[in-house]
Amino acid sequence: MDVLLQQLFNGLTVGSVYSLVALGLTLVYGILHIPNFAHGALYMIGAYITYTMMSSLGFHYLISLVISIIVVGFISVLMERLVFHPLKESTPIQHKVAAIGMLLFLESLAQLIWGADYQQMETPFAQVIDLFGLTVTMQRLIIVITAIVAMIILYLFLKRTYTGATIIAMAQNREGAHLVGINTNKVAMLTFFIAGVLAALGASLTSPINLVFPSMGHLVILKAFVIIIIGGMGSIPGAILGGYIIGFSESIGATYLSSNYSDIISFALLVIILTIKPQGIFSKGGA
Amino acid sequence: MTSILRSRNIIIGLIFLAILFPFITQNEYFLHVMTLAFIWMIAVYGLNLLAGYTGYLSLAHAGFFAIGAYAFGLLTVKAGFGFWPAFLIAPMITAAIGFLIGLIALRTKEHFFAIYTLCVGYIIYLVIDKWEGLTGGVRGLIGIPPPSNIGPVSLSTPLAQYYFVFAILLLVILVIYRLIHSLTGRTFIAIRNSEDLALSLGISTTKNKLLSFVLSTFFAGIAGTLYACFIRFIGPDIGNINITFDLLTYLIVGGIGTLSGPIVGTLLIVWLSQNLQFLQDYRMLIFGPLLTLMVIFSPGGISGLFSQWYAKRHLKKSAKFTKAEEQV
Repeated sequence: MDVLLQQLFNGLTVGSVYSLVALGLTLVYGILHIPNFAHGALYMIGAYITYTMMSSLGFHYLISLVISIIVVGFISVLMERLVFHPLKESTPIQHKVAAIGMLLFLESLAQLIWGADYQQMETPFAQVIDLFGLTVTMQRLIIVITAIVAMIILYLFLKRTYTGATIIAMAQNREGAHLVGINTNKVAMLTFFIAGVLAALGASLTSPINLVFPSMGHLVILKAFVIIIIGGMGSIPGAILGGYIIGFSESIGATYLSSNYSDIISFALLVIILTIKPQGIFSKGGA
Repeated sequence: MTSILRSRNIIIGLIFLAILFPFITQNEYFLHVMTLAFIWMIAVYGLNLLAGYTGYLSLAHAGFFAIGAYAFGLLTVKAGFGFWPAFLIAPMITAAIGFLIGLIALRTKEHFFAIYTLCVGYIIYLVIDKWEGLTGGVRGLIGIPPPSNIGPVSLSTPLAQYYFVFAILLLVILVIYRLIHSLTGRTFIAIRNSEDLALSLGISTTKNKLLSFVLSTFFAGIAGTLYACFIRFIGPDIGNINITFDLLTYLIVGGIGTLSGPIVGTLLIVWLSQNLQFLQDYRMLIFGPLLTLMVIFSPGGISGLFSQWYAKRHLKKSAKFTKAEEQV
């Protein structure tokens, strides 16, 4: 029983990070209908910037995290301006290839700057605390709380503010949004900024309990895709729910099946889901 | 004068050049690189058939390449098959697995297909990596036999292997050429241009998409088999997603959906990589942006750019002719 609770908490931690990454991905998909394969690279860059700020410049973890969020947000906007904006009128294959090109470039760049070695990130929140009979590290608790707060802020932003409403409007109907006077260029840039912020936040939060390395984004981005397919491409609640579903099934699968195959679980889940429903579950019809 | 004669001359010239290549360089390392490039070309042709002509971007291609290589490796090393039987069976095994995966994968479209195949590719890689009992895990497979003799002709020297791979490449190109100029090829292109329209014309899109997918995996299987018997060591890394991205780079830079694209792209990038040895691990620093710039500014790749230029020149010439005629 204790093991199960512990694993459930681990699932909550992992799921929170997955949800953050998937949220950014799903927002971008909702706006531009692009599966942004380069999103995983943004995640990786976010972790490296936090790491560098802490190790080379000696900033506090939280300050480093904020700097990383802002920088990656702007890198993400730059990506939209330089790559996806010029490709607005092109075929789906071109979008995907361009995104892959960016992914390869950013990974190579990270390897050039920081080397291929695995880096360990320190955290000032390493103390172990007792939470209702569970022993958890402060860092894990922070991951869960920060992620949930970030999701609530995002939700309020989208539902309660005018700017947020323009994003939703554009996701629902691009031409319509344009017709009623929404500046679709600005909205696209804003969406990419938010996506970058969420990716960097997820990466910076989880890096102290994992490791930082150039290809760290690979698995996460693949799982984020699994999540947004489960949750319906472009659906925000779906991305959050899907993130936790994958997080829980992985940590429980790792305990009761085999930790060797925990990575396969989410992909097998996706393969099964798409086999039964090629449009993804919770899809609003039309791919 | 006419363009057919022209392109035929170019093709004959290129074949001659490829045949003479070993005598021009006399460098065994160059020969090795060239043979490897030919092997990649075969895989890229497979990818081109599916992504370029049918419009379905499969990101599991390295997985099928690896299946071909491992099928050959396991048949010869563990099952004790001879070279030729294994050489024939391995691509068929790949195509059979491709058939099963294609049946499911092709129910999805566009982005879903790309993501689905990306995950399938990753699963193939993980299975090869983790299933140590069968594949040897990270240690890989060693002791794969080189091509055995065809009658009195020995295929053990690098020179003979170069010609062997080249001959298969020519065969593959011929098959692809015949295919895309046949009704089947036209059907593929119709599906690429508009699947709904093709469907309304009475084309069985499911059947044709599956055919394209299976053929694509079959060529990947041939390339994998050749790779296994040429390098004679295989590890799980050949199924890595990075290899898929490499193949995609060759295809996009050369020209997706063109017949000469795979040759142009593969040769260019393989030789550029050779000359940029100091970059080695960082070569994607150049090829990543190149890939992105290519799809933004020249979606047809280098081949597309060339044929565009050629068509324009042709147009100008014919315009001149008509003007001259008018004056007369």
